[in-house]
Amino acid sequence: MTEETLLSIENLKVHFPLKTRGFSAPKSFVHAVDGIDLKIAKGKTFGIVGESGSGKTTTALAVMRLVPITSGAITLGDQRLDRLEGEELRRARRHMQIIFQDPYSSLNPRVRAGAIVREPMDLMDVGEKSEREDLVAELFRQVGLRPEQQALFPHQFSGGQRQRIGVARALASQPDLVVCDEPVSALDVAIQAQIINLLRKLQAELGLTYLFISHDLGVVQYICDDIAVMYLGKIVEMGDRISLFKEPLHPYTWALLSAVPSADPALRDRADRIRLQGDPPSPIDPPPGCGFASRCPFSQALCTMEAPQLRTIRTGHSVACHFVSDDGVPPQRKI
Amino acid sequence: MGRNDMSEQANSQIQAASPSFETEVDILTIEHPLREAARMFARNKAAVGGLILLVGILILTLVVPFFYTVDPFDLVWAPLSPPGTENAPFGTDYLGRDILAGIVHGGSATLAVGASAALLAVVIGLSVGSLAGYYGGWVDEVLMRITEFFQVLPTLLFAMVIVALFRPSVATVAFAIGVVSWTAVARLARSEFLRIRSLDYIKAARSISSSNRRIIWLVILPNAMPPLVVQATLAVGGAILFEAGLSFLGLSDPNVMSWGFMIGSSRDYLMDAWWTVTIPGIFIFLTVLSVSLIGDGLNDATNPKLRER
Ligand SMILES: Nc1ncnc2c1ncn2[C@@H]1O[C@H](COP(=O)(O)OP(=O)(O)OP(=O)(O)O)[C@@H](O)[C@H]1O
Ligand code: SF4
Ligand SMILES: [Mg+2]
Repeated sequence: MTEETLLSIENLKVHFPLKTRGFSAPKSFVHAVDGIDLKIAKGKTFGIVGESGSGKTTTALAVMRLVPITSGAITLGDQRLDRLEGEELRRARRHMQIIFQDPYSSLNPRVRAGAIVREPMDLMDVGEKSEREDLVAELFRQVGLRPEQQALFPHQFSGGQRQRIGVARALASQPDLVVCDEPVSALDVAIQAQIINLLRKLQAELGLTYLFISHDLGVVQYICDDIAVMYLGKIVEMGDRISLFKEPLHPYTWALLSAVPSADPALRDRADRIRLQGDPPSPIDPPPGCGFASRCPFSQALCTMEAPQLRTIRTGHSVACHFVSDDGVPPQRKI
Repeated sequence: MGRNDMSEQANSQIQAASPSFETEVDILTIEHPLREAARMFARNKAAVGGLILLVGILILTLVVPFFYTVDPFDLVWAPLSPPGTENAPFGTDYLGRDILAGIVHGGSATLAVGASAALLAVVIGLSVGSLAGYYGGWVDEVLMRITEFFQVLPTLLFAMVIVALFRPSVATVAFAIGVVSWTAVARLARSEFLRIRSLDYIKAARSISSSNRRIIWLVILPNAMPPLVVQATLAVGGAILFEAGLSFLGLSDPNVMSWGFMIGSSRDYLMDAWWTVTIPGIFIFLTVLSVSLIGDGLNDATNPKLRER
């Protein structure tokens, strides 16, 4: 069973220079994304979880070519996205689209809903000009809005409806990959479920592939096939949904899971013991070693000296921790 | 106001949420944006008042001179005669010149200086500020250094130098004022562009392949307009007052009457003959007021959030 890979990311790094006064070269960098690898199979949903500041949005924006890429390769289908510039990049954009977290700041307040959804078609030559009116109306129906609502301005919609407009805009260019950056975390809980179900329905209908970012493990467990856990710009654990939720290997993943009510009680007990304390270290010029060392109860001298590499423990499940044994025994507290 | 807001909100929620029947028909007919803006403008009483006022001032300064032909430099009556004097309804100044003639014949120079200086300030300021804010990095660095340079120059002195280098005329005065007053517009435009540039709808615009030109002119600029329109109307007022200051220093065309010139030349007589300064002052005030009312109205008319349907 070989699945066709749609998106693959290899050793992606995005480092933001810290502002310096004048023209001198910057000396420090924010290591927002610090060398990540992942592959997403066509038609699947790949989740990225992690707490605030771990680099999830930056990863999404790098895939969308909306932030400068420091190094690494991003391949969509058979196209190296990281190498595209100018007209080529503009043409490639119709294959990848993004849904933003904040339904308020992601829609231009001065443009009517219909025009917002129509614009990608005009700018990226989707379909025949004469068809586009019908395509827009059809999209409105598909995302659960009425076509008559095209004439309204964004502020005349509720948060959930605005997010539907955002979904319609993302689908307007008939993309293969849709990056969803926390598409529901700004919405009421009741509305969240509607949007998540809408995304699932659209995926089934249109064969979409999702890169789905969230800090809510409950949502991720519901919608994602594979999941990567990010911490301080790196992937610390990655696996399919079942393996990752059943047998999390990285101490940070346990800590995240402790916050999910539906998680296995045995797991929660273990997680309770390592409840996260303090804040993650600063991503500005991070020291060598494991990024989690400052908060990890199992940390030893080795952890602060050498960064653990992502190792495959079993098929489709890998982890970056020195003290997970090769046969998948998680770290134990030294007595 | 508060009640209005609430009902507007409730209205729009109902509009957006319920499949009502009337909306289905009329919502699909989208009015041309300019027509709609004109309709919204016409509904705004203050803005229409401002427009009527400005039209009145324009008639006074462009049409009335053909009928009221007294030369504003002629000595028509006893110096410092108060308003209501025969032959000089607004009184005379310290040389016995007719103040009404000054108002009627001096307005066009004042308006020309105010409008062209403000236009120049807005064009320079908007270009510099938008590029700096949008591109950031070294572009921003260079443009902001230049802006700082112009900002720390003593403006009056600099304007005096420009006017003194060339011959004082309406054009040089307008140029001098425009060149010294664009920095405020540039700073404001920069900060608005910086703020809006980081919003998600700009990322969305980029991800649907919008060009930089499109993003700057069609996405950011309309959203940055409200404070810029206010700033532009302030610039008109500022330019008119600046012209008065230059006139006071003798740095305007001595052969062209203007409201600023009238204030400048009569400043010493404020205590003895208030009308010599106050009457042109009132006309400057009315002009600035009308421009700012119109600016506000334009803003509101083009802002969808303030539109009740
Ligand atoms: N344009 C930028 N310039 C400098 N630093 C940035 C920039 N964008 C993000 N960062 C920094 O990079 C790090 C990662 O940010 P990112 O937004 O990717 O995190 P996130 O995982 O999406 O967090 P959240 O859950 O809060 O959205 C943060 O420390 C952030 O401050
Ligand atoms: S490498 Fe060390 S510090 Fe990092 S998670 Fe494993 S045990 Fe903890
Ligand atoms: Mg984020």
